Amino acid sequence: MKILLSWLTEFAPDGLGPIAQDPAALGDVLTNLGLVVESIEHTGNSWDGIVVAKVLDLQKHPEADRIQLVQVDTGGAASPAGEGLQICCGAFNMSVGDLVPLATIGTTMGNGMEIAQRKMRGQTSNGMLCSAAELEMGDDADADGIFILDAGLTIGTPLADALGAETDVVFDLDVEGNRPDALSVIGVARDLCAKLGVAFSAPVAELDESQPGANDLASVEILDNELCQRFGARVLHNITPGSSPQWMAQRLIAAGQRPISNIVDISNYVMLELGQPNHTYDLDKVPDGKLRVRMARDGESLVTLDGQTRNVTSADGLICDGTDTPIGLAGVMGGESTEISDSTTSVLLEAAVWDRMTIAKTSRHLNLRSEASTRFERGADPLGIERALARFCQLAVEICGATVAEGEIIVAGGWEPTAPVRLRREKCNLLLTTNLTLDEMANYLDRIGFASDPDGDAALIVQVPSWRPDSSIEEDLIEEIGRHHGYEKSGKLVPVPEQPGSLTPAQKGRRLIRRAFLGAGYSEAMPMPFLAPEDLRNAGLSEDGISLANPLVHEESILRTSLMPGLLKAVAYNQSHRSADVRLFELGRVYLANDSDLPDEPEQVAAVLAGASAVEATALLHEIAAVLSLPGMRLINGPRPGMHPGRSAEIQFWGKHLGEVGEVHPAVAEAFEIEGRVGWLRLETGPITTALSKPNKYKRVSRYPSSDLDLAFVVNDSTSAHEVSVAIAKAGAPLARSVEVFDVFRGPQLGDGKRSLAFAVRLQADDRTLSDSDVSTTRQKMIDAVTKKFEAELRA
Amino acid sequence: MTSAHESMVSAAIAAIGAAASTVELKAIHAAHLGKQAPLTKAKSELGNLAPEDRKAAGQALNTARKTVEAALAEAEQSMARAELDAQLATETMDLTEIPSGTSVGHAHIVAQAWEELEDVFVGMGFRVAEGPEVETDWYNFDALNLPPEHPARDGFDTIYVNHGEPGQTVLRTHTSPVQIRTMLDQKPPIYIVAPGRVFRRDTADATHMPVFHQIEGLVVDKGIGLAHLAGTIEAFTTAYFGEGFSSRLRPNHFPFTEPSAEFDIQRPDGSWLELGGCGVVHPHVLRSGGIDPEEYSGFAFGFGIDRLALLKFGVDDLRELFTNDVRFLSQF
Repeated sequence: MKILLSWLTEFAPDGLGPIAQDPAALGDVLTNLGLVVESIEHTGNSWDGIVVAKVLDLQKHPEADRIQLVQVDTGGAASPAGEGLQICCGAFNMSVGDLVPLATIGTTMGNGMEIAQRKMRGQTSNGMLCSAAELEMGDDADADGIFILDAGLTIGTPLADALGAETDVVFDLDVEGNRPDALSVIGVARDLCAKLGVAFSAPVAELDESQPGANDLASVEILDNELCQRFGARVLHNITPGSSPQWMAQRLIAAGQRPISNIVDISNYVMLELGQPNHTYDLDKVPDGKLRVRMARDGESLVTLDGQTRNVTSADGLICDGTDTPIGLAGVMGGESTEISDSTTSVLLEAAVWDRMTIAKTSRHLNLRSEASTRFERGADPLGIERALARFCQLAVEICGATVAEGEIIVAGGWEPTAPVRLRREKCNLLLTTNLTLDEMANYLDRIGFASDPDGDAALIVQVPSWRPDSSIEEDLIEEIGRHHGYEKSGKLVPVPEQPGSLTPAQKGRRLIRRAFLGAGYSEAMPMPFLAPEDLRNAGLSEDGISLANPLVHEESILRTSLMPGLLKAVAYNQSHRSADVRLFELGRVYLANDSDLPDEPEQVAAVLAGASAVEATALLHEIAAVLSLPGMRLINGPRPGMHPGRSAEIQFWGKHLGEVGEVHPAVAEAFEIEGRVGWLRLETGPITTALSKPNKYKRVSRYPSSDLDLAFVVNDSTSAHEVSVAIAKAGAPLARSVEVFDVFRGPQLGDGKRSLAFAVRLQADDRTLSDSDVSTTRQKMIDAVTKKFEAELRA
Repeated sequence: MTSAHESMVSAAIAAIGAAASTVELKAIHAAHLGKQAPLTKAKSELGNLAPEDRKAAGQALNTARKTVEAALAEAEQSMARAELDAQLATETMDLTEIPSGTSVGHAHIVAQAWEELEDVFVGMGFRVAEGPEVETDWYNFDALNLPPEHPARDGFDTIYVNHGEPGQTVLRTHTSPVQIRTMLDQKPPIYIVAPGRVFRRDTADATHMPVFHQIEGLVVDKGIGLAHLAGTIEAFTTAYFGEGFSSRLRPNHFPFTEPSAEFDIQRPDGSWLELGGCGVVHPHVLRSGGIDPEEYSGFAFGFGIDRLALLKFGVDDLRELFTNDVRFLSQF
């Protein structure tokens, strides 16, 4: 909302005070009222010191070809009237008798240049004749020559007066949804005057009225009170169409509107000034001057002012004529059939206030937003209708020579005043952390139109003004008091909670997991959680992702069920930018459909190893498990979705699913346009963070010597080394302290499909030094267990 | 010392002076101080002397032996040092030729900012709460004083998903639903921050992404008012940005707070940075959370995590956060 300083000042009969000279400070006041100033723009030119002068004589400069000596008559402004004042000028486009702008001595030009008496090659110059550019009149003027003025101007008058130009300051305000009143000059002025402590006045225009009266010429009927809160109308005759006067056109332009014609401009002007959208009908095109206000019926349509045919539904409001033919889309846009034209002489003027929700819905479903609908959606002032009608008429009389039919047509609709609100002093002071008296509160409210009466000695009963439909509860009033008292006066106190702050075990665990991957050399990626449906298919995953109901693009139309597609895309992106072997991980949620209201959102961590195989991926798993001290992990070979069927394993943790490790299926990698092998590791974070929250139990270090032995078995390729190792550990209990694979060997002597697995076993007892028989008995138990459970043979 | 001693000493000194290595010195030690050395033998011959001469002769011999030992020790020390120096000289390396080796991992700058914010607020006595990213519209809107058909709902550019009740499941547009879940879950006093991922139906550009991250704060306690909000924002400002930074509140409008404010941070150079929204919790919101607004009051605030991450490192395009380009990730 663009608001002009000069316009604001019209509502301050005693002026805004000294701050009016300091637009930046004024801007701060507005911002601190919650009317955020986004920009401050200065318009127009003051042209102080520049006057209209007449060229009396032109002579060559005796010493210089590019300068001529000009004698000008300043009409007494800078030299006696009728006498020549010598100016040295570098332009040659003027003739004797022309009127030109003269910057007199002492003038500061727009670019900061000071005009002083100067000597140019021995000749005195007593000022400067100005070009359009020097006058900052914009770029459509001929910048090369002196700006030749209209011959009818009076010599010696200040240029600003001669050209009718005014300076002004435009504040561009960001008005929040709760302040419909501030979408108008009057509303901003009311708030500003209250804050500045200066008088605010908005008298209703007085009019000379003619007979017959409006109520004899037109009538309004409201059929649906839910649609229309209040409806007002007036009738004007003898309209003379034409263009608007300069002052109005300038204000409209500064406020961001385009001047069109006097009646349209007056309509816009009144809306900007008072916040009341209004509409003019050509009275002769409205049979009997009858208007009927009702909800539309499905299937009805009308052509709006923009020439579009609008199909309306029973959710939209209409203004119809006496024959029930739609002639306007209530609160959004008028109809073409009754539009005023050059031949219009009588006007039926409408100023109504509509139901906020209805207008919002209509403008949404027709995708039609107007200045009017924006204001009605937020809530116009139902009791401001008379003022707006009168202001329109006053301007129409002044500008269009209109006569105003006596009286106004006012029809009550569904509007009811907001119920009075009880404001307790204690509550107000609690929420604002202030110590205000009831009188101070009442005073702050009164200045912005909230009248109040004491209710006992600790509360007020407050009447909410009709222009503040947003205010209905005590807290709303407290906010008003806070705004006008100043938030900064509340001070700053730091509350001290009784409980100390902390992270949950899951939050601490997440950090440890992140550190583990960072420590292993993996950088943290953050892919978008949206996928295209084919991303899941390309990743070999089932396509059961939850879809977005209103996606922006197909590529981001479902929620991910796996971290794999996002990370594979990241690998592909990096490979295409010459970073081949990236190591990335992501810590984030996936979204899994279920039967309840909301999907499951398990948090997972996954790592991709571009250019690496299942070996590196499994080594990463071991490293992460070691860093996090996670015993109890178990790998179960077998194909996993999206993964190499022979190089993937499920990870179990204390018997429960934890994730998978191995290699991405080469076909999947290819579908994502990735070169080379891709190692993959994925873990659910939940079980890990739960485990991390329970510290590992202390085990006393045995004081007795340990004994190491090696066992090598020939087993089938399909036999899991991990399973064998688990079997050894189990059989070797309680003496077996660690079992590690230290060699894997294949060779013709072992036979096809066989391999040798060598394990290093450390035995130790807590209560004694191991005897030879301890060692040999345990060794045999371990051998027996393996050969019994697997197709295995001890290697000598 | 007798002349015999002196000649033994000078012979030893001469040999030490001529030695070229610690190995030679070891031989000299054996020759001049060992079992067969003249000085050693002379000691065993002391017994042949008259008892009255024995003491003086013994002292003289001892002095001679000490002189040789000292000379040897000194020579050994300096020669050992020289030999070590010579050996070290042969081991010289160019340390600048060594490759940088393994690459290290870099935490995402959003994660860095996220953790830093958590730490600041934990230090101020806040707990960290989380909630689902897919929400019902009740938690995301209704409970926060945005009833259905409220025009302000349009402003959130909500993404809806096909799950649960048709048209009532959204990707949360803010972290504020966590306020409601927390209030329904625990009794006041409540001091929480809720960092998290949020979603808007926005086309990606330098300042917008359909996915971004926010942190939200909620305090509900007895006697809470605007000054506590301002004080908390100020304490956070100093803790996160550093000494010399300050904050201010100015009126604004949000459906979930009343009074509402925008908060700005002032940098030491005097310039202002608009950071986020805040306010005293709206009574409707407290009631949605099962809290009696007559018994408790509270404040809430929220701002973007991504924005702080961008500001900290001078990144000028929000989209960079989601490229996953290692050339970007490895800078921080």
